Amino acid sequence: MAKKLVTLRIDEHTLQVPEGMLVVDAARKVNVDIPVFCYHPKMDPVGMCRMCLVDVGRPVIDRATGEVVKEADGSPKIAFGPKLDTACTTPVSEGMVVITNSDKVRAARKEVVEFILTSHPLDCPVCDKGGECPLQNLTMAYGPGTSRFIFDEKMHLAKHVPLGELVWLDRERCIQCGRCVRFQHEVVDDPVIDFFHRGRSLEIITDSEPGFDSVFSGNTTDICPVGALTTADFRFGARPWEMVSAASLCSHCPVGCNITYNVRREAKTGGNMVIKRAMPRQNEGVNEIWMCDKGRLGYHFTESKQRLSEPLVRKGGELVPAGWDEALDLVAQKLREAGSSLTVLAGGRLSNEDLFNLRRLADAAGGQAVLDTHMGGGDLAALAVERGAALIVVNPNETRLDKFATHTLRYNPGELLLTFGGFLESAAGKVFAEAENALVFYGSNGLGLQQSTYLAYAAAELLVKTGHYGKANNGLIPVWPKANSQGAWDMGFRPASNLGDQLRQSKAVYIAASDPAGDDPALAAALDEAKFVIVQDLFLSETAKHADVVLPAAAYTEREGSFTSGDRRVQRYYPAATPRGLARPDFIITAQLAGRLGVELPAAAALVLDQIAAQVPAYAGLSYQKLAEVHEQWPIIGRSDVYYGGTGYENKHGLGVQLPCAAERGEKIDLPAAANPVLPSVPAGSLLVIPVARLYDQGATLRPTALLDGRIARAELALNPETAEKFGLQAGGEALIAAGGWRVQVAVRVDSHLPVGLGLVPRSTGVPVFGPTAVTIEPVQVEIKA
Amino acid sequence: MFQGLWTTLKSMFEKPPTIQYPEEKRPVRTRFRGRHVLKRYDNGLEKCIGCALCASACPADAIFVEASENTDEQRFSPGERYASTYEINMLRCIFCGFCEDACPTEAIVLGDNYELTFTERTGSIYTKQMLLEAVPEGVKTTPQVTPPGVFTRSVPEMKDPTD
Ligand code: SF4
Ligand code: SF4
Ligand code: SF4
Ligand code: SF4
Ligand code: FES
Repeated sequence: MAKKLVTLRIDEHTLQVPEGMLVVDAARKVNVDIPVFCYHPKMDPVGMCRMCLVDVGRPVIDRATGEVVKEADGSPKIAFGPKLDTACTTPVSEGMVVITNSDKVRAARKEVVEFILTSHPLDCPVCDKGGECPLQNLTMAYGPGTSRFIFDEKMHLAKHVPLGELVWLDRERCIQCGRCVRFQHEVVDDPVIDFFHRGRSLEIITDSEPGFDSVFSGNTTDICPVGALTTADFRFGARPWEMVSAASLCSHCPVGCNITYNVRREAKTGGNMVIKRAMPRQNEGVNEIWMCDKGRLGYHFTESKQRLSEPLVRKGGELVPAGWDEALDLVAQKLREAGSSLTVLAGGRLSNEDLFNLRRLADAAGGQAVLDTHMGGGDLAALAVERGAALIVVNPNETRLDKFATHTLRYNPGELLLTFGGFLESAAGKVFAEAENALVFYGSNGLGLQQSTYLAYAAAELLVKTGHYGKANNGLIPVWPKANSQGAWDMGFRPASNLGDQLRQSKAVYIAASDPAGDDPALAAALDEAKFVIVQDLFLSETAKHADVVLPAAAYTEREGSFTSGDRRVQRYYPAATPRGLARPDFIITAQLAGRLGVELPAAAALVLDQIAAQVPAYAGLSYQKLAEVHEQWPIIGRSDVYYGGTGYENKHGLGVQLPCAAERGEKIDLPAAANPVLPSVPAGSLLVIPVARLYDQGATLRPTALLDGRIARAELALNPETAEKFGLQAGGEALIAAGGWRVQVAVRVDSHLPVGLGLVPRSTGVPVFGPTAVTIEPVQVEIKA
Repeated sequence: MFQGLWTTLKSMFEKPPTIQYPEEKRPVRTRFRGRHVLKRYDNGLEKCIGCALCASACPADAIFVEASENTDEQRFSPGERYASTYEINMLRCIFCGFCEDACPTEAIVLGDNYELTFTERTGSIYTKQMLLEAVPEGVKTTPQVTPPGVFTRSVPEMKDPTD
């Protein structure tokens, strides 16, 4: 749908742009800067600040003939408006003439800046925005040197207003551009902040409980053109010009948001390079210019005091510090002894390089590479996303997505696959079958490993049946629990059908970036039976406490690597912080171990990727250079003109490479038949509970972010009021839930949106529910003190 | 010749310009640029607000500042921000005085002290405690407990310098 092009003139440039484009955007195409405060290229214009005033003229049309009136010299006659127009609300039109550099325009800008500054504090020295502040920059560029207004008449307002625990407002600095409010309403659809009062007394307020209850709240601090909104995390952390930036990726989920870490030396940590803040890095194919608060704040694990900094070896029942050589020699010897009864268990937060080397090590020793996950189907994943489609939501309970859905289907937990059976006959199914392109996103909410695997098969079958596979913009996209679960599948890791048994029977277990013992007490017991346990991690996890050798790994922020996102885009990240103590990158540790076993593995990230490209068909042709390629993105964001798009970063370090799916490469996928998994039988007096994912989970890399303590998922049981009553539970009370050998105390949350007869427990909170499980429930009597 | 000897003879009885340093010291000029001092207000609060503008102005990259937030229970300086770390590396400093010019609160001043000696390199790093001047007589040192809503402005109203 190519739009009609119109020709217009902006100052001395003549250009052609698509119809409907705004003058302010058109000007950027020819590098003419029109200053803005309230306009943002990702949101609808509102014309509130008047900073973008320009002189707009249009050709005069003779009403009688419909012809353009000509001047004496034959050029079209242009009529300028009596006043200036706002470039951010004026769409281009044929023959338009825009003047941005006349004295009239300059005078207007000067007055707008002077007006905005009538009540702006002199805060730049202490303001977190100082140095990257649109108001500062535009005042220097276009403002008056002095003000005609009286200094003493400035409004004095509250300077320290926490909108929530994460974002703080300084009322004096706000210039009422409305970007933050519009962002929450238009872009996120979390309308939790609003304007209050009018005119000079206008204020930004939050109307949610807890305050500013939105997981994208941090983005408002990027697009706020002044220092009115700041994150509690970065408050006074450093001046923007003092920090260096390192391109990176978020490691908290499989979307693979492109981010930039700002790093600075810190006296507190003895002069180490420490991450001060995370900012989005533009990638229009992934996160555009946004990121969620989990990614923005979840980097504190890097500097955590609990990090492992030297290898530990168990001697006389205690884990004691040892040198690398000693630890590696011991591990190598044990791996050699274990031979084929070695199990390598890896978590999905490792990079492709780590996973590849680990699998090569497992192969070399004759052992097995196992992925620690509760979700399956990674061998079927496919390709990219397009917008503006029909959205069909299939979920057991109401979710926020329902609002955007064209069709909503509900199923009883465990009977999901029955839904697929009749799907094509339903109204939603018809839309799906007839759609030009179709994508299935599937996750593991409420499902265990077995069920989600079946789900993947069923979804794949559906796509094949309707012909939606093997071409761009079609296929299956898994919503993984970890950043690089997809990479782990691609590197040849597969979940074990019975992890407990496998651990028990292994002579040596090598666990990297995974904490089975912490997740499930039954696995902790299994680990104790394994002969020799090697744990390679950032922290002394529950699992590490059961280990014979603990190897300290460098965090992903301290080294190079690449992740493969859920929609199979391979992207690379760069080192940001100083490595902790003696910690080494996972792939180097593995390579050094392999060396002791007489196998040569590359010990440089780029070389590992070269080998991946050579050995993993889907990754053929990849290299670090290729991952670092960028092409120009629109809108242009993150250059020195921060007023236009906010303080996000321009992407100079790579947009990543989208992998083709197996079908596109001409390979055939064998579709195993999808059986409907059996639900556990629910005896009378028991309740069926399913595990659900929470954004702020208790993952090892998120817990060290103290700021999120209030929002992090806790052990709880959520159920419908009717169900709660049946079990004698009260909202806000506590309950003991138990099943096959475990008993856990949880908080009770009552939510009328949930289906009757079903309980929800968040994953990662220490409740060992990994799939639909029948549990017995006992209310805990809370003693009421007089 | 006698004329020359006479000059010699005359200078023998003149007051010698040499002084017995370090027993005797000359006062420095008003605009002398010696070792830095971090100033305080009369009420004992630190003038420095941790803005790091001095550090960014410094051509020798000699200053390192880290800021933290004031509260009324623990107040170091007026306004919200104070310098929790303030270090100057005197080996790097070229005593140009740019830091003094950049400071929005006149907190850092190049003082009279020119006697800077260290026996090792790390000794050249002067910390905030070494640079801060003493509190005036009868005033509490920082952090102070202050009444709420009084010290809300970081940058005071200032006049142009007179000397
Ligand atoms: S918002 Fe900008 S102009 Fe206003 S005080 Fe902060 S840095 Fe200065
Ligand atoms: S807080 Fe910032 S983004 Fe929001 S209206 Fe005020 S100036 Fe605009
Ligand atoms: S006097 Fe000059 S060189 Fe020394 S700290 Fe100040 S700005 Fe830096
Ligand atoms: S001495 Fe002055 S310029 Fe330097 S940090 Fe303190 S207030 Fe800012
Ligand atoms: S009115 Fe156009 S940018 Fe604000």
